[in-house]
Amino acid sequence: MNAMTEQTLPTAPDIQPAAASGLGYFFYKVKKSPLTVAGLFIILFMLAMMLFAPWLATHDPNAIDLMYRLLPPSAEHWFGTDEVGRDIYSRIIFGSRQSISVGLFVVAVSGVIGALIGCFSGVVGGRTDRVIMRLMDVMLSVPSLVLTMALAAALGASLFNAMLAIAVVRIPYYVRLARGQALGIREMGYVKAARTFGASRWHIVSWHVIRNALPPLIVQATLDIGGTILMAAALGFIGLGAQQPTAEWGAMVATGRNYVLDQWWYSGFPGLAILITATGFNLFGDGIRDILDPKQKGK
Amino acid sequence: MTQNPVLSINDLSIEFPVYKGAVKALNGVSLHVNEGEIVGVVGESGSGKSVTSMMAMKLLPEGSYRVTQGDISILGTDIIHASEKTMRTLRGGDVAMIFQEPMTALNPTRKIGIQMTDVIRLHRRLDNDAARQLAISLLKDMHIADPESTLQRYPFELSGGMRQRVLIALAFSCNPRLIIADEPTTALDVTVQKQVLMLLKAKARELKTAILFITHDMAVVSQFCDRVYVMYAGSLVEAGSTRQVLHAPRHPYTRGLMAALPELATPGSQLQAIPGNVPDLSRLPAGCAFASRCPSRSDKCNQKPVLTSIHEATTHQVACWHPALQEELAV
Repeated sequence: MNAMTEQTLPTAPDIQPAAASGLGYFFYKVKKSPLTVAGLFIILFMLAMMLFAPWLATHDPNAIDLMYRLLPPSAEHWFGTDEVGRDIYSRIIFGSRQSISVGLFVVAVSGVIGALIGCFSGVVGGRTDRVIMRLMDVMLSVPSLVLTMALAAALGASLFNAMLAIAVVRIPYYVRLARGQALGIREMGYVKAARTFGASRWHIVSWHVIRNALPPLIVQATLDIGGTILMAAALGFIGLGAQQPTAEWGAMVATGRNYVLDQWWYSGFPGLAILITATGFNLFGDGIRDILDPKQKGK
Repeated sequence: MTQNPVLSINDLSIEFPVYKGAVKALNGVSLHVNEGEIVGVVGESGSGKSVTSMMAMKLLPEGSYRVTQGDISILGTDIIHASEKTMRTLRGGDVAMIFQEPMTALNPTRKIGIQMTDVIRLHRRLDNDAARQLAISLLKDMHIADPESTLQRYPFELSGGMRQRVLIALAFSCNPRLIIADEPTTALDVTVQKQVLMLLKAKARELKTAILFITHDMAVVSQFCDRVYVMYAGSLVEAGSTRQVLHAPRHPYTRGLMAALPELATPGSQLQAIPGNVPDLSRLPAGCAFASRCPSRSDKCNQKPVLTSIHEATTHQVACWHPALQEELAV
C-alpha cells in the first residue's frame, strides 16, 4: 500500500503556484463585488424561470377566459389578467423563454460571427481589411434601431426574423472590437514566432488571436444581452417581433398600453420583468469587465 | 569551405521605400552558412543584422521592402521568389528561428504542452501521445527538470531562461537543418545566458544543425561561433573565422568594437567608444560608409571598398582600403 502510494504520487500539485486564472479565481473575484453577485443572481433566477416555466406557471398562458378579463392582481391571478382573461403571471413566466433566448441567441450569433470577421480582418490587413471595415462603417452609420426595424420588416414579422435582424445589426460592433484587439495581438511575439514555425493564417487567427482577443468581447457580449432583450421588446412593441398569441414581454407591454390608465398591472409587470432582466445582465457585464480588465486588478 | 551551404545569400540589397527615397537596409551582402556550422553576424543596432535574418525567412511584411539585387537560397530553394506556401513548409521544418523576446514568444493563454505538440504536429505526422513524448524528450535535452509538469504550465509560470529553453526545444522539434537565432540571449541575465548558449550549441552539434547567430555581443561570439561576419550600415565589413576576426581584426570598425569592449578595459579608465554616429541609411555616402568615423581614412575612401581576402591563402576577408596590419594589433 505504502509503495503504491509512493509510486502513484502525482507531480506535487501543491508546489505549483496558484494560477491567477480558472473558474475558482473568477468566482473569488465575483464574490468581492456585491453588484456582480446581484446581477448573477438575477440571471440565474431568470434562467431557472425559463427552465421551470411549466411548473412555476399557475395557469395555461394562452387559455382565454372572457369571464375574467382585466382583473387586478389577486390570490387567484397574482399579476392580474389581460383583456381576454389570460393570466399575466403565467404569461410573464413563459415569456421569459422568448425574451431571454432572444438575448442569448443574438449575442451568440453576432458575437461569434463578429469576432471571426474582426480577427480575420485585423490579421490579414491590407485591402481585405479596408473593404470589410468600410462595410461595417456603412452599417454603423445607420441608427441601429432604424436598421433593425427595416431588416425585421423586410424579413417579415416573426420572432425569429426579429432575432436575425438584431443579430445582423449587432455584428459590426463585435467586428470593430475584435479587429482592434487583433491589430495589437498581431504584433505580439508569439504570433511572430508562430509564423516562423510555419503556421498558416487561419491557424494564427483561430489559435492565437481569438483566444487573446476574448476578454473585451465577453464583456461586450454580456452587456449586450440586456440591450438585445430591450431591442426585442421594442420590436415586439411595434408588432415586428413575436406574434399573438405567443407570450412575449415587449408585445405584452405594447398591448397593455391601451389599458395603462385603468389596468396598470397589464403593462406594469411585463415592463418590470424587462427592467429586472436587463439590469441583471448589465450589472453582471460591468462586473466581468472589472474582473477581466487587468488595469483594474487589485483595486 | 563552400561544401553544401545550408543558407547562402549572394550580393543581396534591400531597401525600404519611404517618403522621397528609400532606406537602404542591406547593400550587397553575401554570406553563407555551411552544414552544421555556427556562424555569427555582429554589428550595432541598425546595421542590418535583423533584416538579414528576417529576409532569410521571408518574414518582412509583404510590400514593405524592395529587393534591388541579389538572391537568397536555403537548401537550394530560392527564397525571394518562393510562394507563401513553400515558405510555410520551410519555416519550422528545415529552418527554425529563435527570437530575442522569450517573454512574449509564447501564447500566454495556452499551456506549454499544447503549444509544443501543436508545432510538432504541424510538421510531423505524429499522434498526440507521440508528440507529447517528443516534447518531453526535447525539454529533457534542454535540461528542464520535470518536463511532464512543465508541459502543464502556462508561460507566465516559467522564468525567462526556462521560456527561452522551451523555445529552443521547439526550434529543434522538427530536426531543422538551420536555426536562425536573433539575439536569443539578450533578454536573459549573464549566468543564464551562458547556460542557454551551451545547451543550444551542444544540441546543434549533436544534430549537425547549422546556426546563423545574430548578436551584438562580441564575448558571446568568441565562445559560440565558428565563423563571424561583421556588419556595418547594411554592408559586411569583415568576415573570417572567429579567431581571425576577433584576434586579428583588420577593419577599423571591428578594431573599434573590440577596443570598446568593457571586459578588456583597464579598471578605472574611461571606456573607449567609436566617435560619431551610424550614417543615415537613406543617405549613405557613395564611398565607404564608415569613412566619417574612421581614424585612417583617405581620399580613396570615397570609393566603396569590396570585401576581399587579405591575402590569397586565407578566408579572412575585409572591406577596407586601409586594413590594419597584423603588427599594429593591440588586442
